[in-house]
Amino acid sequence: MSDHQEQVAVKEKPAEGFVPKIVAFTCNFCAYAAADLAGSTRTEYPVNIKLIRVPCTGRVDVVHLLKAFEHGADGVYVAGCLEGNCHFAEGNYWAKRRVRYAKKILDEIGVGSRRLEMFNLSAAMFGRFVEVANIMNDRITEMGPSPLNKK
Amino acid sequence: MIVAEQKPMEEIAEMIKDFNKILILGCGGCVSVCLSGGEKEVGIMASALKMFVKNNQNRDIEIKEMTISRQCDWEYFDMVKDAMAEVEACVCIGCGAGVQGLVDVYPNVPIFPGLNTGGLAVGKVPGVWEERCAGCGNCILHLTGGLCPIARCSKHILNGPCGGSEKGMCEVDPKTIECVWHLIYERLKSIGKLDNIYKIMPMKDWSTSSDGGVRHLTREDMAKLDAEEEHKKNVELEKKAEEAEAAAKSQG
Repeated sequence: MSDHQEQVAVKEKPAEGFVPKIVAFTCNFCAYAAADLAGSTRTEYPVNIKLIRVPCTGRVDVVHLLKAFEHGADGVYVAGCLEGNCHFAEGNYWAKRRVRYAKKILDEIGVGSRRLEMFNLSAAMFGRFVEVANIMNDRITEMGPSPLNKK
Repeated sequence: MIVAEQKPMEEIAEMIKDFNKILILGCGGCVSVCLSGGEKEVGIMASALKMFVKNNQNRDIEIKEMTISRQCDWEYFDMVKDAMAEVEACVCIGCGAGVQGLVDVYPNVPIFPGLNTGGLAVGKVPGVWEERCAGCGNCILHLTGGLCPIARCSKHILNGPCGGSEKGMCEVDPKTIECVWHLIYERLKSIGKLDNIYKIMPMKDWSTSSDGGVRHLTREDMAKLDAEEEHKKNVELEKKAEEAEAAAKSQG
């Protein structure tokens, strides 16, 4: 996952009214497959959510989460395997800890920790994937654009 | 190793409020191991600081990110010469020694500390470090079973434990602080040196710690002099040796 990929993911033209730019870091073995399944079953989820596929959520570092906000994301979430079911044993636990750490930084810099979240789901849970996408979309829409995008 | 933790973002942003082009310089040594000043932390701080400044000071700043192997040796400081020439100020996320090393080499660039340096510690479990050495300059670990009461006893007492030791814990915080004198007792017992605890230690000689100004450590055989000075010193030493030889002969 390169910086370029991140920038492409968030530099979409805003539609009328506020449509948040949301970046989702999704694990190849669960959330990404669940998104695929949602597509196969023609279940809709918000189009303004841009997925970044990672080999495991353990690959996601604090700096990736911050860079997403720096490059214009209004919300970011990480979707990994169910706890205890990580393909690499404990990558999703690492991700959860890093999300917690990044939340602290987001509060400190005034972006707000609610703009970042971690979710756990399995490859079969496409319904949950759509639900999570809607939860984040609704939350960020309600919160409005990131303070960095207002200036 | 030396441990340190990051200063609050607000404090760092206040330091750099007059500058637009900044270098964040990390150190690949101790602070990298304790996850506060390495390459990764430079990236995190750069991103967070950019956002903080944009959010709170309403301006964009340019940040250069670099990390050198060590910030306590001169040869590494040269590597950032070009970067230092380009920027207006530098936030150094090495220990306090690193900041001052940079100040010596780059007198014209404002250097700011990005970390609060803690002390000399070891890792207990991943992510947790505990102080083990106070750097007092007069080691007594051979008497205390290898556990330091100067660094680890809340009262720094030399003949413990005191009355505040209960069930192996210290009265200062019975939940988190172990009584080091309890540990020393157990340790001496297990290595068969329990008689050490009956020896009364005299008052500590603190002259090696904070007496006489800044402490220097010199290895004469390694300290490089210029050739002329070295020659003079050699002549002087030879003269002294000859005199000593002559004196020994006349006595004999």
